[in-house]
Amino acid sequence: MPNTPQTPGIVNARLPESLLDRNFADIHGPFATHEALVAADRCYFCHDAPCVSACPTEIDIPLFIRQIQNGQPAAAARTIFDQNILGGMCARVCPTDILCEGACVREMAEGKPVEIGRLQRFATDAMMQADHPYSRAPGTGCHVAVVGAGPAGLACAHRLAMHGHRVTLLDAREKPGGLNEYGIAAYKTPDGFAQAEIDWLLQIGGIEVKTGMRLGRELSLAELREDHDAVFLAIGLTGVNALRSEGEERDNVHDAVDFIADLRQAPTKRTIPVGRNVVVIGGGMTAVDAAVQAKLLGAETVTLVYRRGRERMSASGHEQLHAASKGVRIVTGAIPLRILGQNRVEEVEFAYAVEEGGNLHAGDETFCLRADQVFKAIGQRLDDAPGGLALDDGKIAVTGPGRTSIDGVWSGGDCASGGEDLTVTAVAEGRDAAEDIHTELTGRSAIAAE
Amino acid sequence: MADLSTEFLGIRSPNPFWLASAPPTDKEYNVRRAFEAGWGGVVWKTLGQDPAIVNVNGPRYGVVYGADRRVLGMNNIELITDRPLHVNLREIKVVKRDYPDRAMIVSLMVPCEEQAWAEILPLVEETGADGIELNFGCPHGMSERGMGSAVGQVPEYIEMVSRWCKQHTRMPVIVKLTPNITDIRHPARAAKAGGADAVSLINTVTSITSVDLDAMSPEPMIDGKGTHGGYCGPAVKPIALNMVAQIARDPETHGMPISGIGGVTTWRDAAEFLALGAGTVQVCTAAMTYGFKVIEEMTEGLSLWMDEKGYGSVAEVVGRAVPNVTDWQYLNLNYVTKARIDQEACIKCGRCFAACEDTSHQAISMSADRVFEVIDAECVACNLCVNVCPVENCITMEELAEGAVDTRTGAPVSSTHADWTTHPNNPAAVKAAE
Ligand SMILES: Cc1cc2nc3c(=O)[nH]c(=O)nc-3n(C[C@H](O)[C@H](O)[C@H](O)COP(=O)(O)OP(=O)(O)OC[C@H]3O[C@@H](n4cnc5c(N)ncnc54)[C@H](O)[C@@H]3O)c2cc1C
Ligand SMILES: Cc1cc2nc3c(=O)[nH]c(=O)nc-3n(C[C@H](O)[C@H](O)[C@H](O)COP(=O)(O)O)c2cc1C
Ligand code: SF4
Repeated sequence: MPNTPQTPGIVNARLPESLLDRNFADIHGPFATHEALVAADRCYFCHDAPCVSACPTEIDIPLFIRQIQNGQPAAAARTIFDQNILGGMCARVCPTDILCEGACVREMAEGKPVEIGRLQRFATDAMMQADHPYSRAPGTGCHVAVVGAGPAGLACAHRLAMHGHRVTLLDAREKPGGLNEYGIAAYKTPDGFAQAEIDWLLQIGGIEVKTGMRLGRELSLAELREDHDAVFLAIGLTGVNALRSEGEERDNVHDAVDFIADLRQAPTKRTIPVGRNVVVIGGGMTAVDAAVQAKLLGAETVTLVYRRGRERMSASGHEQLHAASKGVRIVTGAIPLRILGQNRVEEVEFAYAVEEGGNLHAGDETFCLRADQVFKAIGQRLDDAPGGLALDDGKIAVTGPGRTSIDGVWSGGDCASGGEDLTVTAVAEGRDAAEDIHTELTGRSAIAAE
Repeated sequence: MADLSTEFLGIRSPNPFWLASAPPTDKEYNVRRAFEAGWGGVVWKTLGQDPAIVNVNGPRYGVVYGADRRVLGMNNIELITDRPLHVNLREIKVVKRDYPDRAMIVSLMVPCEEQAWAEILPLVEETGADGIELNFGCPHGMSERGMGSAVGQVPEYIEMVSRWCKQHTRMPVIVKLTPNITDIRHPARAAKAGGADAVSLINTVTSITSVDLDAMSPEPMIDGKGTHGGYCGPAVKPIALNMVAQIARDPETHGMPISGIGGVTTWRDAAEFLALGAGTVQVCTAAMTYGFKVIEEMTEGLSLWMDEKGYGSVAEVVGRAVPNVTDWQYLNLNYVTKARIDQEACIKCGRCFAACEDTSHQAISMSADRVFEVIDAECVACNLCVNVCPVENCITMEELAEGAVDTRTGAPVSSTHADWTTHPNNPAAVKAAE
């Protein structure tokens, strides 16, 4: 008998393959040309447009939309890529409701912003098929090491290559892409888009990718500095925060990020096992993505439990609605106390939270949720920070465009202090650090030439 | 419900909406459908002499789109009817017989020889049609053969042909004018001088709608080449309204019945033509774009608006706005307004700022938090901000009360009328008695 959502325990293929395929297909399919024109037509071409300031990479949104309107999506793509070389990924994964679209004047006017994200995808998709639009400046003879091939590292490497520097892009994992490849929900970027985008990006030339190279294992910062003119650290947040609840070590209590990475790497979602009753603990994008995807795999019940109020969840309102629409139950204001069961988890006990003087603690009233699988998603933290670097609140301390406390070492993306932990922010920081490195290196060689 | 029935040159129709002479009126089949849908009358597609003309066999139309492929303007290189004369006449006759309450006007275009007109007019009369319309407007194809707008551009010919028609038929004669002329009053006066009973306008405007940039040819393209066509639809309405008004207020043609044509798409367009002096309106592009059903919105809308305004009949509306159409020199220079921005309604797009700052008078200020305000001392009241604001009624023009000081000029507002004719800067000013 085939498995169903009601099959006890943790099993795979709870849903027929065709339904799984549909569940994990592109969440917002691409615009057809006419749809794009109609959507583009809604843009008012605002003066000093608020959407531009709301985009961490400051894409000239009114301009690119006007270029779509006037029949030149390739020119639109160029406008986007000039600011954000991962504009294709960002078009798919940005929480636009709290970024550009949230600032759109039509959001204020009628609660229906211009669909900037989907228009951006329309434009960038068009160019993704074409040849890479940028070429390298003449070689500078400088060599930069970029550690971490997530969005921050990729954006930095591309910009450096454009300026004629030689780049070695190092990453601990098997494939480049960082969370683009191992994190983002499968339905946001299906069909191998992350790798296709990297292949396209690397067409610039001058970037050597080396995977399986981990800082702290195969690599040391001292050696990297020794062998290169500059180093950019973009190693993300690979550590996972512990729950610190009793029973955390029981079987079937997992880190949500691992579950999500497995999902992304599985060629068919049929092979991924999921519980009948799933509990996800956390309130960010990771929690939501784990919960939604557990539901899409066919779990009978999925409950996301967050300790504070809904308004404090870092997952955007749109993400929360999306989770609810897929059947995820969101419980807020509850703190996990104990994970119960024999060897395996069977139940999770929570206490309603009480807030006193800004501090949250477990109150007296408790409840239990049945669970055969628990995903922890209470935040990631920085691992592998090389010694000697000043930290700020657990992240690599940076000033200005990613300058660390060590000369010749820059950092950006999730692992660096400041900025939201978003793909687009990582891109902006990588790009800006590259510009600063470029200024520094060319300034230095100008002095040397004198 | 207001009564929409109309009498124009003694021709009755249940409403003032006629289909203009064009493809929608080229055949019995279409015209029957039009009458079933509720159209008040038709001007049959222009008839000519046998042998019938031929049309191109490639595309005839080109369009200009607005948002979402909304047709804003259309151009065509079609000629008059390409069906034999006797077929059209037979169909006109049976349709008029079956729909005696609808207006049936027959459009005609034959060479500028009296004999040609003398021959065709009795044939038309025999169909029982209510009147004829002389097509002096078609700007392509026919004009190159000395007909259509080639006649309409020479007032003497208009007068001559009108006179022949009046001599050879008892049917009312409407002269359809071309807008492709410098001063529309001259052909209208000529029509009147020739004894025509009415004018209708406008026919299409000479145009090239677009260029195929791959083939480097105008559209519509026929085997790699294109030619100018006639432009119509919503885009030409402002041109038509002005021309209708000019004829309505010209002392020489004032009072001459007018059938208004050009871009009528909604009841409101029709009401505007009526207000400027048209007794009926004719529609082509709207019907070609949306089908005959649009008549329902047109008639119901017009009638609802008339009820709201207390107009009992179409005749009460006709010409109402004509006395308010004047020359620039008579506009009151003591009427002072300022733009006002409703901060509640403002969505902070900043288009008013960009427009005024870059292209007008730097009369709108913008704060760091995107609050836009009008600087009265700079505002010349040009209306550009009102026009470009995407929110209706967010920016309005407010009149300064008598006595209030216009901070731009420093002068208090006077309630007396003062215009260019008496302005000191006008070298030809009429001097007040010293
Ligand atoms: C589940 C999940 C879903 C998300 N969904 C979204 C979303 O929908 N939209 C959005 O905008 N953001 C989302 N985010 C956040 C977003 O993915 C990150 O902000 C972004 O990827 C940060 O980019 P980065 O380059 O700084 O780091 P990462 O993408 O984390 O890349 C870091 C790279 O460094 C490598 N690395 C780590 N340590 C070492 C080392 N010691 N030596 C060598 N290499 C190392 C890693 O292998 C990795 O490739 C999500 C995050 C998660 C976890
Ligand atoms: C395809 C087409 C063919 C036309 N043929 C004629 C014609 O044979 N005789 C005529 O008097 N006007 C002709 N016209 C002009 C229309 O009658 C009308 O004057 C013009 O289209 C403006 O009205 P509108 O804006 O409602 O279309 C034609 C217009 C079109 C679009
Ligand atoms: S009316 Fe003209 S001058 Fe006055 S504020 Fe508006 S755009 Fe500027």
